[in-house]
Amino acid sequence: MTAPAAPTAPTVLSLRGVSKQFGAVAALTGIDLDVAAGEVVAVVGDNGAGKSTLVKILSGVYTPDGGTISFHGREVSLGTPADAQAIGIATVFQDLALCENLDVKANLFLGQELRPWMLDDVAMETRSWELLRELSARIPTLDVPVAALSGGQRQTVAITRALLGKPEVILLDEPTAALGVAQTAEVLNLIERLRGNGLGVVMISHNMDDVRAVADRVAVLRLGRNNGVFDARTVTSEQVVAAITGAADNVVAQRAARRASAGPRADADPRTDTAPRPDSGPRKEKELP
Amino acid sequence: MTSLDTPLGKAADRQDERLATPQGIGDAVRAAVRRTRDGDLGMLPVVAGIVVIWTIFQSLNQTFLSSTNLVNLAFEMVPLGVIALGVVCVLLVGQIDLSVGSVSGVSAAATAVVMVKHEQPMALAIAVAIGSGCAIGWLYGQILNRFGVPSFVVTLGGLLAFLGTQLWLLRDQNAINLPYDSPLVKFAQVWFVPEALAYVFAVAAGGGFLAVGWVRARSRRRAGLSSASMPWLGLQAGLLAAALLFTVYYLNRTRGVPWMFMLFVTLVLMVHYVLKKTKFGRSLYAVGGNAEAARRAGINVRAVYTSAFVMCSALAATGGVLAAARLAAANQSTGTADVNLNAIAAAVIGGTSLFGGRGTAFAALLGVLVIQSISSGLTLLNLDSSYRFIITGLVLLVAVALDSAARRSRQAHGRG
Ligand SMILES: Nc1ncnc2c1ncn2[C@@H]1O[C@H](COP(=O)(O)OP(=O)(O)OP(=O)(O)O)[C@@H](O)[C@H]1O
Ligand SMILES: [Mg+2]
Repeated sequence: MTAPAAPTAPTVLSLRGVSKQFGAVAALTGIDLDVAAGEVVAVVGDNGAGKSTLVKILSGVYTPDGGTISFHGREVSLGTPADAQAIGIATVFQDLALCENLDVKANLFLGQELRPWMLDDVAMETRSWELLRELSARIPTLDVPVAALSGGQRQTVAITRALLGKPEVILLDEPTAALGVAQTAEVLNLIERLRGNGLGVVMISHNMDDVRAVADRVAVLRLGRNNGVFDARTVTSEQVVAAITGAADNVVAQRAARRASAGPRADADPRTDTAPRPDSGPRKEKELP
Repeated sequence: MTSLDTPLGKAADRQDERLATPQGIGDAVRAAVRRTRDGDLGMLPVVAGIVVIWTIFQSLNQTFLSSTNLVNLAFEMVPLGVIALGVVCVLLVGQIDLSVGSVSGVSAAATAVVMVKHEQPMALAIAVAIGSGCAIGWLYGQILNRFGVPSFVVTLGGLLAFLGTQLWLLRDQNAINLPYDSPLVKFAQVWFVPEALAYVFAVAAGGGFLAVGWVRARSRRRAGLSSASMPWLGLQAGLLAAALLFTVYYLNRTRGVPWMFMLFVTLVLMVHYVLKKTKFGRSLYAVGGNAEAARRAGINVRAVYTSAFVMCSALAATGGVLAAARLAAANQSTGTADVNLNAIAAAVIGGTSLFGGRGTAFAALLGVLVIQSISSGLTLLNLDSSYRFIITGLVLLVAVALDSAARRSRQAHGRG
């Protein structure tokens, strides 16, 4: 296992021994995690490893059963989602958490509307368009209820919403799961821009390409426990997969080996090793929201 | 605010090539027709319903649409309408209050007891009544939040408990009469808007509509967003003013426009503003649409439930005070029988969804107009309450069926 890269920037968010129990299921046990400013930490793990539970604890949706969470070195308690937002943690949830009966701009500004006693619809709509354009969102109109949007459009709305409150740490639970090629690249670009602007980013993804493309460090969860933290520049996909599944001889490695013996073309899973890193592609340099 | 760059000279919100851009009045009308067909019914079914009901009753009895009867209708619909306005608020957050009738009854009784039995000033009596309404709503909110009891059970308990309270308050005499010379009774029986002032109100409503629309269109244009066309706005404002002027003229032919009706309209407009133009109103819709999403957006869902119940019970209590004023008495049957279901029916008939997250303040106004029209028409035909119950029940059934069908159609056509 590679030694974790020492974070150079100051640590923003720090977890020590965080645990969460759901009835008889220990969803998380003794989780440690550090996120520095200007750093992208990918959290990976199998289905049910506890990644979403971790995100929900950090966003104040669940209260942990044990352990401590510190923000800028000071211990904080995240009792409600409002607490987490107030200290500067924004979240894109795996299930997106949008109100289907409200239109796009109402969803974007939900809970942080401009001018609470006389809503400034025009300013909110203008700002919505600015942010959506920046993400190259393919949303024709903001007047329709979210129920009318496709899965990817909804995901874009959820991501856009997380950017509104000028957060310091942003948690993305599988942000690109439903996105098309262009939007995925835009989100990866966005993550790099966020990092460039000194935000701490926690990204959960099952896609090794995405993880290796933007992450600085990769933290592996397995069955609710830490199973290693890797430097994303030096680690190989095999090492990460081995940590995720808990064995060097895992189903992913077996498939790769079968393919290698079957044809000359594939010496490894092409999805994991030869994919272009998005920063080699066209990239918009834009100011952050 | 910076305006967005707009390539192709299109407004910032009209740039997607898949988007049809309406131009002129014809397109605006066509868009409205398409919206309705897709199940975004809005006010249309209830307005159509009112036309049908009025036509039928007018053909059965020529006095139904007479000025005298319509002035009466304008009085009679207020207490129930104010109660229905509160029901809209709880339905919006996806809850229900089955006790609004009892709460209005208690409040009527409390007003009479404080004012007549204890000979306290009218203002104090009204404050006590509405204050207890707020307390009841707060209590419902606490029970719902702390114990997670479904609101229909909590308020069903409230229905009985407050009916009991009402009977207990009036235990010595069955009814307490309010003095005819009290301003409260005069307000509900003989006070009318002066003729000229009523016309001024009608014109002001049209002008206000135009002004609000114009300011909105201007700030949207300045921000580079699409805006309503001026002729379309002018047409709408003109139609509104014309309709109101005619109504005022027609009511002025006999007694005129009751001040009590103006109070109701004011309350509707206030609730409309709160629902559509404040953060709090947004959060009511959000909680009704997806309570968990609202919570994760940082909204205090429990506080929203509590405020919705407080608004509902406070308005129910206000309706009770007005009912007592209208009758110049509080008796043991004030607010009982069909008041509960009529108020809920009015909200639903007006287009408030029983599934939460959909509805407007105007639903209460239009819904109660339907219910009171039926009631008034049947009274004119000398038909007793058995018919009224059956017909109101059928209308409610139609409204709920429309709500469900429209919901399915909206889902099929992507209108949420
Ligand atoms: N609200 C809940 N109640 C009970 N158990 C839960 C709850 N939420 C999560 N769990 C359990 O906790 C464990 C971790 O779930 P979690 O959603 O965090 O997994 P995940 O890593 O996000 O998986 P995936 O990759 O599928 O999104 C699972 O065993 C799950 O069954
Ligand atoms: Mg998950």
